[in-house]
Amino acid sequence: MTDVKITIIDRQGVKHQVDAPTDMNMNLMEIVRSYELAPEGTIGICGGMAMCASCQCYILSNHALPEISYDEDMMLSEASNVKENSRLGCQIFIKEELEGLEIELAPEV
Amino acid sequence: MIKTDILIIGAGPTGLFAVFEAGLLKLKCHLIDALPQPGGQCSEIYPKKPIYDIPGFPEVLAGDLVTNLMKQIEPFQPGFTLGERADTIEKLDDGSFIVTTEKGTKHHAPIVAIAGGLGSFEPRKPPITNLSNFEDKGVEYIIRDPELYRDKNVVISGGGDSALDWSIFLTNIAKSVMLVHRRNEFRGALDSVEKVQELKNLGKIELITPAEVVGLVGTNKVEEVVIKQGAEVFNRECDHFIPLFGLAPKLGPIADWGLEIEKNAIKVDNSLDYQTNIPGIYAIGDVNTYPGKLKLILCGFHEATLMCQSAYQRIFPDKRYVMKYTTVGGVEGFDGSKKEAPKSVIKSID
Repeated sequence: MTDVKITIIDRQGVKHQVDAPTDMNMNLMEIVRSYELAPEGTIGICGGMAMCASCQCYILSNHALPEISYDEDMMLSEASNVKENSRLGCQIFIKEELEGLEIELAPEV
Repeated sequence: MIKTDILIIGAGPTGLFAVFEAGLLKLKCHLIDALPQPGGQCSEIYPKKPIYDIPGFPEVLAGDLVTNLMKQIEPFQPGFTLGERADTIEKLDDGSFIVTTEKGTKHHAPIVAIAGGLGSFEPRKPPITNLSNFEDKGVEYIIRDPELYRDKNVVISGGGDSALDWSIFLTNIAKSVMLVHRRNEFRGALDSVEKVQELKNLGKIELITPAEVVGLVGTNKVEEVVIKQGAEVFNRECDHFIPLFGLAPKLGPIADWGLEIEKNAIKVDNSLDYQTNIPGIYAIGDVNTYPGKLKLILCGFHEATLMCQSAYQRIFPDKRYVMKYTTVGGVEGFDGSKKEAPKSVIKSID
């Protein structure tokens, strides 16, 4: 059981380095909420089902991430402000390989 | 004017269960919801997904939970104002409230219980800078009257079921239908996708993918859409632009009712009865916040139960009452129905 360090740039552009547990089945969206880096009600609205895109983030580092699922891909196809490096935070679970990951939260829609 | 005892704003699981608990206290309820059907997020977002933490149900589909709640509250004959958003609230001298929807429907009750979840569902809007200038001037996010599009040139954008279904439907009414989507793939029922393919082959739907509507042009109303496809940007004439990107909840007008708001939720007194800072207005379920709050359906059920007891005391301050178990007291519906545990008999056996 270890924690990994993740850097999150919030919607105001402020950079935070946080410890994320690898043993609690948590995803990036939940890490953001647990550190209150985005106001409640503006992130994770669907609860983590890849059905709202409120947890969209841009991946800034070169980590190997889990493959994008059909549901995530389709949700991103309808979301706003989507870029090449967009992912849904709720679909990326914290694993040891994510040590040093850097992400930026997409704007609130 | 609709009159009731407890006016519930939001017909999700928490609001629906409040009807049951109120019914046990002989209080009538009426529910307002912006969505056209009851069930809130359970019906709108994830009806086919399972929930595993409803006590006594190892697994239940969200849609089935709503169906069961509707059945459970049927004896208490709740009223519904569906497809309308609660917009304004007015407190009368006697302490009661009038809540008016955006369509002007008025509701009068001594108690208001806000069970609005994350807020009312509103259309998600694409990031087009001058989009709001054209709202109701050729830009519609919801199709209310398909006749509006008769013999018009319509551009629909989106890749889900509603974009597909409306594109199909409008081919029979509109002069032309163009569907613009960011991907070549669509997320919808297989037969809808196949039907769009067929209509495209017949030349009845013009499909532009992968592409995006990035701008609107017009003086008093929409006249052209600006479409970006790869590196190419071009304009196309149209009378209507209908972006269909699903719905997202927003707290909306409730945020302006003078209630204490914290973390996009309504602050309540959880040590007592989930009342807000305005006496007579309660907030239950996902819409409220208090120290230690968890947004769980089962917590909403608990909050609804305590809210109803407090509401009863507020409506009848001089009446004495103690909570009764349904197993003991049964359930007497307003429709004359009565459910109760079978009584044992005293009878000798020869």
